[in-house]
Amino acid sequence: MKPVSTWAAMLALSLAMAGCVTINIYFPAAAAEKAADRIIDEVWQLKPDAATKEGAPSR
Amino acid sequence: MKTIWKTLFVVSLLSASLATAQGNLEVDTPAISAIKSSMSQRHAQLAPLYASGAVGLKSDGSLAVHDANAVPLAQRGKLNALVAAENNDRTALYREIATANGHPEWAGDIRNTFAQRWIDKAPGGWWVEGSRGWARK
Repeated sequence: MKPVSTWAAMLALSLAMAGCVTINIYFPAAAAEKAADRIIDEVWQLKPDAATKEGAPSR
Repeated sequence: MKTIWKTLFVVSLLSASLATAQGNLEVDTPAISAIKSSMSQRHAQLAPLYASGAVGLKSDGSLAVHDANAVPLAQRGKLNALVAAENNDRTALYREIATANGHPEWAGDIRNTFAQRWIDKAPGGWWVEGSRGWARK
């Protein structure tokens, strides 16, 4: 094992870890909006297939 | 050389989990499912109250009595109880989503996100609270 490649590996690893920390500190607004939409659709039964189920068996 | 491959493997695993963490919030825990089903059951009772204007959506992600007169006097106790129960569930929902994602401090941001989306998705005729007070959608 050459010392240079060890250093390169450690640098890559620490960059990856730093990336982890940076992303998790900030609130993921887009992901939260997506999650909210999904939950609201479920709670209010706004899903398209729920609507067709309600409409279909009318007779 | 082996160490390099191992490192590359670890790095790729980390970035894969990062991509997932960025793309979606965890919302499929038993606690969240329980709150969701409690809320959808209650919604059957709340839907006519939204439509009549008895209740409205507040800008802080909660629900409030907007026009108690839309409900007969005898049923006002029940109206208040429904609103209180719904608000308990909503607060618990925001808290559980934050906790499920390892960031209890996100609960406030999650509440704000939901507040906006409840109002955006509300059907016409419902009362919602905006920056200039109550308005009918």
